Amino acid sequence: MNTIALFISRAVVQGIPLVYGSTGEIITEKAGHLNLGIPGVMYVGAVSGVIGSFFYEKNNPGALNPFLAIIIPLICSLFGSLVMSLIYAFLTVTLRANQNVTGLALTTFGVGFGNFFGGSLATIYGSGGSLALRRTSIIFKTALPFASKLGNFGTIFFSYSFLAYLAIIIAILAQVFLTKTRAGLNLRAVGESPATADAAGINVTKYKYLAIIIGGMIAGLGGLYFTMDYTSGVWSNGGFGDRGWLAIALVIFAIWNPDIGILGSILFGGLYVIYIFIPGLSRSSQELIMMLPYVVTLIVLVITSMRKKRENQPPASLGLSYFREER
Amino acid sequence: MEKEVPVLELRHVTKTFGKVVANRDVSMSVRKGEILSVLGENGSGKTTLMNMIAGIYYPDEGQIFINGREVSITSPKVAFDNGIGMIHQHFKLVDVFNATENIILGLKGKGRYNLKAAEKKVSEITAKYGFDLDPKKKIYNMSVSEKQTVEIVKVLYRGAEIFILDEPTAVLTPQETEKLFAVLRKMRDDGKTIIIITHKLREVMEISDRVTILRKGEYIDTVNTKDATEKLLTDMMVGQSTDLNIDRPEPKNVCDRLIVKDLNVTSSDGVKKVDGVSFVAKSGEILGIAGIANSGQRELLEAIAGLQKIDSGEIIYVDPKTNEEIDLRDKNVEQIRNLGVRLSFVPEDRLGMGLVGDMNIPYNMMLRSYNKGKSEFLHTSEPKKLAKDVVEQLNVVTPGLDTPVRELSGGNVQKVLVGREIASSPTVMMAAYPARGLDINSSYLIYDLLNKQKKSGAAVIFVGEDLDVLIALCDRILVLCGGKISGVVDGRKADKNEIGLLMTNLPEKEKIESDSGKDVSGNGR
Repeated sequence: MNTIALFISRAVVQGIPLVYGSTGEIITEKAGHLNLGIPGVMYVGAVSGVIGSFFYEKNNPGALNPFLAIIIPLICSLFGSLVMSLIYAFLTVTLRANQNVTGLALTTFGVGFGNFFGGSLATIYGSGGSLALRRTSIIFKTALPFASKLGNFGTIFFSYSFLAYLAIIIAILAQVFLTKTRAGLNLRAVGESPATADAAGINVTKYKYLAIIIGGMIAGLGGLYFTMDYTSGVWSNGGFGDRGWLAIALVIFAIWNPDIGILGSILFGGLYVIYIFIPGLSRSSQELIMMLPYVVTLIVLVITSMRKKRENQPPASLGLSYFREER
Repeated sequence: MEKEVPVLELRHVTKTFGKVVANRDVSMSVRKGEILSVLGENGSGKTTLMNMIAGIYYPDEGQIFINGREVSITSPKVAFDNGIGMIHQHFKLVDVFNATENIILGLKGKGRYNLKAAEKKVSEITAKYGFDLDPKKKIYNMSVSEKQTVEIVKVLYRGAEIFILDEPTAVLTPQETEKLFAVLRKMRDDGKTIIIITHKLREVMEISDRVTILRKGEYIDTVNTKDATEKLLTDMMVGQSTDLNIDRPEPKNVCDRLIVKDLNVTSSDGVKKVDGVSFVAKSGEILGIAGIANSGQRELLEAIAGLQKIDSGEIIYVDPKTNEEIDLRDKNVEQIRNLGVRLSFVPEDRLGMGLVGDMNIPYNMMLRSYNKGKSEFLHTSEPKKLAKDVVEQLNVVTPGLDTPVRELSGGNVQKVLVGREIASSPTVMMAAYPARGLDINSSYLIYDLLNKQKKSGAAVIFVGEDLDVLIALCDRILVLCGGKISGVVDGRKADKNEIGLLMTNLPEKEKIESDSGKDVSGNGR
């Protein structure tokens, strides 16, 4: 029982960056933009937070102010992902560049940017190629005090930091926004048929920009959570792995619903770490098991394509630039 | 007639696109609570004129008045604010949304977002005017007629007073048309003003209170429907014949080349496009096909070219050397070519079906000969030579052979396409609207090329929209109406008004056979 509770809590911890990433990507895709730059955006979100908190820690050798210790990396992270998604939005919305190429370029850039600055800091100030911001991380990781008193129940539901709960709240709010509000309806119309939205008096460019930027900032928080919480403030180059791509795959698994995205993220997180909980696996079988999230995505793709239910298909104008007809 | 302020008035409105004048000095007025038909041939500027009222285009000159007040309609939103709503031929709806979601899309709501309340309001509107619409039905589950209903309700929901419908019946079955007309009458009785763009005389007579006639972008007249006859309206619509001085050589060595028997084609959405069409295209003559847009011309040509599945009927090609009859039915383009049939097709969609816009001229020439030759490598010298010949002989204006076709002007694109098609010295040459969008000189060049093919013994099939050209160029003219042949006339003796009537109506005897009274089946579709 303890093992199961532990497994679930590890799955959740693994899943949280994916919740952020997939929620951000769903909002972006609902505006008709396939942002393959999300891995790069998350990477920059992570390293920006690290840079912010590094300088705060460096200038305050004594005790950290908990509020500042959280707000500085948070704002740095949000700013980093804002700039990244703004670049993407400008290129794909205003200049109508190819979305796939732009996204891939952004990912390459974001990973390089992160490795350069994160790696430089780690080489100069860290030890053994990694940088540890443990004092900030402890503040980030503060869990609810009564969690440990509630046994397994506490472990499964209350053992996480505030960024984890924030992820769930954002995903639920995104779901409500998309399905229950007028602005959500308008946003979905922009992604389905921008010409229709335009004719109905919706400012297509504004909606696209806002969706891409807000989506990118949400995704960037996933990077922050990863460094500050999951790795306990340790930055090492390449540590984020393929989580960004997993988040994009999750969008398909969630059939563009942030609420299903929460469950999918935790499931993917579980599949990601399940090898630890299966005793006696060789190194090669571990790698095979780690492949499971992608296999599940492929299966979901096959099933949704076969069922052909219109609601389960990607937004109709996903990946297409919108040209307003000549007036 | 009492003196009242018209709900909508246009004064001296002119609109040009480049050198083409779409509307010249049009003045007209619309009264409150009437149904006004705007009648005219294809290209007479009906839609352009209405688009200016709906804010899609902005007039170059002239004024628009609403209830006596001058307005400047700069966008569809401004039109909406002035109570004008237009229902276009191509619906602007989001497929995965239901009817209500589409109707309220983009509206700045008062208070919170309440789909239930909106649904109720939609139901009230549909009940009031007798629409048949489920507010929760998804668009992708809807028929064309239901989608149109959503568009109309959308405009009503936004409180419009003036409705413009662009050929609303083009996509409807006769029964659906009746239903639509019943709704429109109810809307009129409720004080709404309705403008219908159409070229179907029957519907004009049935639904409208007054008719405004446009011809070649100019305003001709407005008459009360009850004082009008179909003959009078046709005469005003097509006008007097003009002499174009197009050469028409006498046909020589005429013999049957392509025999089409009782051909039937149904489009993918279940509409019958070609209905029992039979004709013979003869070598050494030009067979014209006249008809209102979407009367089945495209489907007919594509069926012959092997691009369109046919329901029933026969397509027989007579080999010029052996007089052997070859069945072309259910053969695709490659099979037809392998049978040794030299069939050329100039489709109306030049850069979509005819040429690849991003490729240069030699590569586009190669599209017809790519599978010739024995080795796996492409032969580039012959297409290059052909491209050079075409450019020289047809005076194609291009910076060079390597320029992508997309960057050429419309007339030059057409010359490249026609040049390629005639280079294979066809025995059957089909051209759909080959002169559309071309200036006078390019048009005449194309007519000359068709005449050359005729002289060299090809059977030429020419689909056109300008009746003057058809009459001047063709030896025989086949008139299509709603996918059926409504008449075949001799080009030398043809009368423009006679063709105009055939285009909009099936011959009298068939009308009497097919219905007794109100049914409009087969008419104007």
